[in-house]
Amino acid sequence: MNGLQTDLIAALPEIFVLSMAMIILLADLFIKPANRIILFLLAQITLLGAAFITIATHTPSVTYAFSGMFVDDPFADVTKLMIYLSTSLMLVYTRQYITLRGMYRGEFYALVLFAMAGMMVMVSGQHFLTLYMGLELLSLCLYALVALDRDNARATEAAMKYFVLGALASGMLLYGISMMYGATGSLNISEVASALLNGSQDKPVLVLGTVFIVAGLAFKLGAVPFQMWVPDVYEGSPTAITLFIGSVTKLAAFAFVIRILAQGLFVLAIDWQGMLMIMAVLSIIIGNITAIAQTNLKRMFAYSTISHVGFLLFGLMSASLNGYISSMFYIVAYALMSLAGFGMILLLSRKGFEAEELVDLKGLNQRSPWFAFLMLITMFSMAGVPPTLGFYAKFAVLQAALQAGFLWLVVFAVLMAVIGAFYYLRIVKLMYFDEPADHSPIINPPEMNMLLSVNALGLLFLGIMPQRLMDICAYAIAHSLQ
Amino acid sequence: MSSLPILSLAIWVPVFAGVLVLLTGDDKHASSARWIALLGSLIAFAVTIPLYTGFNFADGGFQFQEGYNWIPTFNIHYHLGVDGIAVPLILLTSFTTVLVVIAAWEVIQKRVAQYMAAFLIMSGLMIGVFSALDAILYYVYWEAMLIPMFLVIGVWGGPNRVYATIKFFLYTLLGSLLMLVAFIYLFYQTNSFEVVDYYRLPMTLPVQILVFLAFFMAFAVKIPMWPVHTWLPDAHVEAPTGGSVVLAAIALKLGGYSFLRFAMPIAPDAAHYLSGFMITLSLIAVVYIALVALVQQDMKKLIAYSSISHMGFVTLGFFIFNSIGLEGAVVQMISHGFISSAMFLSVGVLYDRMHSRQIADYGGVVNTMPKFAAFAVLFAMANAGLPGTSGFVGEFMVILGALQKNFWFAFLASTTLILGAAYTLWMVKRVFFGEIANVHVDELLDINRRELLILGTLAILVIGFGVYPQPITEMTHATVAQFLDHMAITKLPAGI
Repeated sequence: MNGLQTDLIAALPEIFVLSMAMIILLADLFIKPANRIILFLLAQITLLGAAFITIATHTPSVTYAFSGMFVDDPFADVTKLMIYLSTSLMLVYTRQYITLRGMYRGEFYALVLFAMAGMMVMVSGQHFLTLYMGLELLSLCLYALVALDRDNARATEAAMKYFVLGALASGMLLYGISMMYGATGSLNISEVASALLNGSQDKPVLVLGTVFIVAGLAFKLGAVPFQMWVPDVYEGSPTAITLFIGSVTKLAAFAFVIRILAQGLFVLAIDWQGMLMIMAVLSIIIGNITAIAQTNLKRMFAYSTISHVGFLLFGLMSASLNGYISSMFYIVAYALMSLAGFGMILLLSRKGFEAEELVDLKGLNQRSPWFAFLMLITMFSMAGVPPTLGFYAKFAVLQAALQAGFLWLVVFAVLMAVIGAFYYLRIVKLMYFDEPADHSPIINPPEMNMLLSVNALGLLFLGIMPQRLMDICAYAIAHSLQ
Repeated sequence: MSSLPILSLAIWVPVFAGVLVLLTGDDKHASSARWIALLGSLIAFAVTIPLYTGFNFADGGFQFQEGYNWIPTFNIHYHLGVDGIAVPLILLTSFTTVLVVIAAWEVIQKRVAQYMAAFLIMSGLMIGVFSALDAILYYVYWEAMLIPMFLVIGVWGGPNRVYATIKFFLYTLLGSLLMLVAFIYLFYQTNSFEVVDYYRLPMTLPVQILVFLAFFMAFAVKIPMWPVHTWLPDAHVEAPTGGSVVLAAIALKLGGYSFLRFAMPIAPDAAHYLSGFMITLSLIAVVYIALVALVQQDMKKLIAYSSISHMGFVTLGFFIFNSIGLEGAVVQMISHGFISSAMFLSVGVLYDRMHSRQIADYGGVVNTMPKFAAFAVLFAMANAGLPGTSGFVGEFMVILGALQKNFWFAFLASTTLILGAAYTLWMVKRVFFGEIANVHVDELLDINRRELLILGTLAILVIGFGVYPQPITEMTHATVAQFLDHMAITKLPAGI
């Protein structure tokens, strides 16, 4: 009985989120369309409640549950809190957008919460199958969310592409996992790790398994050469969903990578380091250079994401505690920047008009100096210019890579960062140096204006005072990985 | 010594004033934006004066130090401190900001608050660069300063401003990111970002050369040295007058100052090893760029090239490693700050009236603007290095220093006295003298009281420091001596 209690307490946030998702699905049937705000509020309450439970059950120690299939450690708790925070911001940013596009329905909130439950399982899984289950729960919800605006041909096409390529990636991942199982005789992350430490397995099988697993993970992260779905899905999806895919799910994908590579396969680091290195270099080159050619803001952000993933891999490939802490810091910073960036597209969109072309930002400084300033901070943060959070994110991964001895790769990465700066500067140029083409007033709910301001100013504030966030990341990683 | 955190105030008062100015909002409140900006810049200038009055001239080390833990994870500190080289540059910065605010008073009519705020914030950040003793703190100020400058050139600049400002930003960013890599490398050698810890770190010659080159990329672009100078003429030509003034008077000095603060003392053996290379680049800048300046059609471009040529003197003074050359280089930096501001402001005066910077559009301006012409001729003489103006002192000291090292260095450097006179005076002749060239020149009005105030103040300073440069040399003397002592000791590990 006591064991079951421990199990349930460890998984309480997931249980709560799932129950609330079902309640929202049911409540939707009884709520008049005019009162749909209740669903929005219920979803926010769910996030608040989940955050409360996560904090209340938090301990600095590692708790295994369900016969070691599930883990509740500081890394999981911190990542989950970040996921709640970014989902909550995402719901606020998207409310007006989905209302105007007929997606303001119960399904939206239920799917988002189910997707979030999937992410939470990905964060807390300690078994290859648990992790895989979480990933699939997330992916299926995302496919549905992308296609939610069902009369939109572009969105349907994006959903189809996302589904086919996502299924392929899942297949590769499963194949890799099956090889690991064949070699080590277990699917439990800790058992796989200790079996690998003994080192009596057949090396080719392990390496082949690692290749497939890394390929599957790279697909989910969107690293080159597995990036082709990213631009199409980013562009085709309704911006509200792009925001979700582009920021929140990256946190979960990062946790997934940490669980598998840093916890399960750390003995094979020498094998996956090389793969990550190649992917990091290619992602930074292709992401940055292709982004220059884009005229669509969402596509540009997609390529910028690819280059950010490259920088993230820089931290991961160091395969050191310092490297993992830096990449966690990077991904948290990236999620906040991405929320602000896509939030701005949502802010400028209105009924029948998607502000998703670069030229739609023209002269924003004259239409609204405040929002132009917020976007300015976000862009400089993405470019990694101090005093913004993005600078410390880049600084952290570069110092980790340098510590691991990759001096020339670091020099290469900073040269590429200069290329990256160009397309962020171009946005600043459009906002500040050009005359506006469009003079429509920018009207949005006050809570969105306020939170977006806090979000973007937060990038500046955390750029001046990054210590607290660094401490949190260091705490999460150091107390969870041995 | 005062207990007030003077350096922090010097940095944050203008930044805070800039934010206040921004809060005045759009151009309906332009006049309150102007007054707040003026008041803010005056207070910011007043705050920096104790740096001079409270300075201990006998001490060559860092004074007015402040230190707090900032980011313990990476052992980064908020550590400020200044020596005899930084203080004159800080005073120059806060003083120039006042001038820029006054110079923009009626000229800038579009988005006034943002313009004023950009300059105030930039001034605080540049003072931060001059006073940071922690590498990351320094880097943050160094990069952050690019953002307002990028906007100033891009928003208020000329027709080709977008090209110029993006070129400026990317050029500078490229150099500085390599410097960041050098900082991180040094961090892993010393486990610290304190500049003084780097001074004590022994390194082998190849490592020193790599570190030096990484810094060189950052600072050579900023100064700018030949052949990475090409962003400067573009940026200067397109920038509004205030932008040109700040670029020439202060931003270029950031590069010069940083050589003395980072590149040379951290890698002294590499500095000696590469001094021939550095001197060659400096002399090319002095001679070749002066020839380039001779053929310019655009007044601002001419002054921009003249700046590069004069900054060649600064780097020449650094790398001949004697005290008169080095002190001359510091004097030259300050003096160039006044003279180039004055030259750009003079061009600004003409541009505001004629909306042209082409030399060919002018002629005989002295007939319609006699008061202005008097000032312009004075500044041109100073730019050419006429004895009695501050331009002469620095150049003369550097030439004397070069003479101690090698006759031919001094010989080549002194050609500037001819070439500088040639391009400056030829421009003055074409613009100011001769017959009135066209009806537009005939309709020119002489300078108003605001312009008289700015140019008059600068004229007093240019002549004042030309006759009596003691305040600068006295202040830098101890620091320069200590610097040369440090540079004389090898940092190569024993036994190699």
